[in-house]
Amino acid sequence: MSATDPHLALHRTIEAVWRIESARVIAGLTRLTRDVGLAEDLAQEALVAALEQWPQSGVPDNPAAWLTATAKRRAIDLFRRNAVAERKHEELARELQALEQTSPDHDSTLDSTISDDLLRLVFIACHPILPTESRAALTLRLLGGLNPSEIARAFLTPEPTIAQRIVRAKRTLADKHIPFEVPRGPELAARLSSVLEVIYLIFNEGYSATTGDDLMRPTLCEDALRLGRILAELTPTEPEVHGLVALMEIQASRTRARITSAGEPVLLFDQNRTQWDQLLIHRGLTAIERAHKINTARGPYLLQAEIAACHARASTPSETDWPRIVTLYTELAQLIPSPVIELNRAVAISMVHGPQAGLTLVDAVAFEPSLARYHLLPSVRADLLYKLGRHPEARAEFQRAAALTRNTRERDLLLTRAASCETDPTNP
Amino acid sequence: MRFMVIVKATPETEKEGALPDPQLLLDMGKYNEELSKAGVLLALDGLHPSSKGARVKISGKSRTVIDGPFTEAKELIAGFSILQVKSLEEAIEWVKRAPNCNPAGDSEVEIRQIFEMEDLAPILSEEQIQHKVAKRAELPLQTANK
Repeated sequence: MSATDPHLALHRTIEAVWRIESARVIAGLTRLTRDVGLAEDLAQEALVAALEQWPQSGVPDNPAAWLTATAKRRAIDLFRRNAVAERKHEELARELQALEQTSPDHDSTLDSTISDDLLRLVFIACHPILPTESRAALTLRLLGGLNPSEIARAFLTPEPTIAQRIVRAKRTLADKHIPFEVPRGPELAARLSSVLEVIYLIFNEGYSATTGDDLMRPTLCEDALRLGRILAELTPTEPEVHGLVALMEIQASRTRARITSAGEPVLLFDQNRTQWDQLLIHRGLTAIERAHKINTARGPYLLQAEIAACHARASTPSETDWPRIVTLYTELAQLIPSPVIELNRAVAISMVHGPQAGLTLVDAVAFEPSLARYHLLPSVRADLLYKLGRHPEARAEFQRAAALTRNTRERDLLLTRAASCETDPTNP
Repeated sequence: MRFMVIVKATPETEKEGALPDPQLLLDMGKYNEELSKAGVLLALDGLHPSSKGARVKISGKSRTVIDGPFTEAKELIAGFSILQVKSLEEAIEWVKRAPNCNPAGDSEVEIRQIFEMEDLAPILSEEQIQHKVAKRAELPLQTANK
């Protein structure tokens, strides 16, 4: 089929409409049916109906209203059929009445109702009762409008596995009677952090891809960013949401610079900063400002975003505001203590107070079991030892790091540095 | 993928000191808010009439400055936005929902795709791709230093 095939063109238009409308349609149907799995099935049936009918009838003026109305008619049919079999008549009558009285017209529905439903959908898709990978798949499915085959390609996972994950997740939500609501009070913080975790997981799944074949995977970063931006508008008073959006915008700004044309990764300090996307950096800095306007407390995402912003603001590595990065890492380490954060903090401290100060900190975490096979530990140590003139020790650490990394380009670099320790005239 | 949505000028937008109709401003505001809420709007700006602009004609080594206004309204632009969407069709769907910038008559919006890295990347062999798939799990695990 050629790109100008009218049937194919219409199919793509319907796909685009679906991408725009599906989350709102599913969210509205979940409120009516109180069952997110059923709502999604009904929305899918409406999509199938659109694919059958729109080629003849044309795309309706308000496609979202058409999809919702069609799905609701199916819901009513289904409830009538089920009623005969098992349901109480009173309950059914109430549900039917509720369904029939709701207007199919999106314009007449209050915007705030749609937003509330969408936010409820975000929370139910990211419910902590579900395994993390199921939350990610369900979120992309329900809120990103991706189909199982797209999700499978994005996560390099077989399609049946993804489909099964989604089916199981929907069943779990139904079996456990998870309510379709926005959590309130102390529960909100924990539930929101589950949502942020899912979005960042999706982002990282795309961001860690270094390959040119994976055109699908940079797209995954875009999906995560889109979800984050939607969430930021749904919960504008949550600083950590803006923090996550800022972190993703700034990291995404480096996409062009962090991979060579041959697909090899380029480390932050070696990147050509003129290739950083200034529009995304600007958006990231704006998101940080939004978070600051809410309150002065900083959560882990906002702190990481601010560290990323320090790099983004420096047009060369030497212009980096290291004292500020040290402060931010110290705050981050207090919030979420982790050896990896400690290692990053050590690097920042060495940039401010010299290599010995950094080395002392590195040595304090050197025996953490979680870092035992982490090549950046010996790599950072080697660099600091080298700067201190302790070349034989530096050489051994560079070699240890080279043995631990599975990245050939990085291994080459580390072995070159190890060799430079040997040929250094100050260290015969 | 990203698209630049280019709003073409009309005699109205080219008028000296002309400000948009208040109702149109409201409608545009509502529309832009919808784009923001959907997470697809990356940037947008409106432009002054071409009388406040200039052109620089580059010919070999010579540079000639031509002050506005310019007459061929159809070739002028009045504003632009940048959308990040899944497909050209999605960009079209969003643009179809925009209010008419020239309520009294016609207006035209052009949608153009922005070059991305993958458009410029060389075509890789299957072997290179496999090599890189194997590598993707090996990127350094850093927190914010990625």
